[in-house]
Amino acid sequence: MSDITPSQTVGPFFAYGLTPKGRCEWAPNGSYSWKETVGDNLITPDATGQKIHIEGRITDGDGVQINDAMIEIWQADSQGRYLHARGEQPRPNAKFTGFGRSATDKNGVFGFDTVKPGAVAGPNGKSQAPHIVVCIFSRGMLRQIYTRLYFSDEAANATDSILNLVPADRRGTLIAHKEAGTEPSCYRFDIHVQGDNETVFFDI
Amino acid sequence: MSLIYPKESLNAYPKHLSPEYKSTVKRSPSKPLIIVPHTLSELTGPVFGHDAVQDGDADLTKQHKGEPLGERIIVHGHVYDEDKRPVADTLVEIWQANACGRYVHIVDQHPAPLDPNFTGTGRTITDKNGYYKFITVKPGAYPWGNHHNAWRPNHIHFSVFGQSFLTRLVTQMYFPGDYLFPYDPIFNSVPDEKARLRMVSTFDLENTIPDWALCFRWDIVLRGREQTPLDNDEH
Repeated sequence: MSDITPSQTVGPFFAYGLTPKGRCEWAPNGSYSWKETVGDNLITPDATGQKIHIEGRITDGDGVQINDAMIEIWQADSQGRYLHARGEQPRPNAKFTGFGRSATDKNGVFGFDTVKPGAVAGPNGKSQAPHIVVCIFSRGMLRQIYTRLYFSDEAANATDSILNLVPADRRGTLIAHKEAGTEPSCYRFDIHVQGDNETVFFDI
Repeated sequence: MSLIYPKESLNAYPKHLSPEYKSTVKRSPSKPLIIVPHTLSELTGPVFGHDAVQDGDADLTKQHKGEPLGERIIVHGHVYDEDKRPVADTLVEIWQANACGRYVHIVDQHPAPLDPNFTGTGRTITDKNGYYKFITVKPGAYPWGNHHNAWRPNHIHFSVFGQSFLTRLVTQMYFPGDYLFPYDPIFNSVPDEKARLRMVSTFDLENTIPDWALCFRWDIVLRGREQTPLDNDEH
């Protein structure tokens, strides 16, 4: 058995490599010409389901915005299927990768355009409430931190086996709140890296 | 093939809070992380086709009109899982400072020159043997504000995906024999010396190209191994 390669911080200068079309203008001379591999719009022409926008602000232990973070999300399609094997039969959402990456802007705000995921299989044969896995990188983080985003308008949250492992008084930090009167629906999901209202992070 | 991802392997990682690296003090969780089982949501992960990269993306010396200044180098190796099986078809992204130790980023105010012929970013997809290869120039050391007279050792940033969202890895590759190692709180945030040394590439004379470029070899090991019978309660 081999021993794994340790993690190191993404540092402050990843933008031109990982988020060249990001939300801050970090390029000394105009914009970065490097093609983006992964962006913050996951919606493909073949994507079915409810189109949504996710927006949030990430702050540190002093409540100060983190303007040099990178947020990655991983989710199922609207039918609750992950794109985890290639060479499958053509099917709806075949082009929907379920993976997105957003830089933060100068106010620490990130965002994604995507579709609301369906329920996916969970432990003990029960399905999980619709959710998105969120992975956060930034200067000052020597390793990524994982959390999950759940949706405020899903009754299935009450019986979700992962959410129920979280102390009840902290569960709210994982709920993205649907903002009234937005079309497509905007779900707000702020991330507090540290402090009184600290977001729940997972040891996985 | 489905792998398991024992959390004990993560003992090789730095702790979230590593006060010698000052930025971790306000950017690390202070409450206990919640232990949850791995579900389909963690055991799956992004898949990239070869169309994610373009010809030439792995050669950082050919992205501009002229050649960048500095020592031309080849950096290559394999991406493996914990059983040393190759991780094929996975995206590897890199970014680095130029030969003078300067990044193409407005926050980097180190008074060293930018190189108009060098951006410092590359990407590739591993082949069926998990092999990757970049051509670049050796990045310079540079000062930073962590403490008095703080300098980062020469390094290249790596971002790797692997077979699930649990194998996601962002790390840094260092160069052998760097005299700045003892003073760098980021390098030394990895508590175990053997684990630290796994971030250091080796000089590869065999693949150094005469009259053209030095070569460094660096293998990356991601989380994930096959379940062994001993671990299986049903046996």
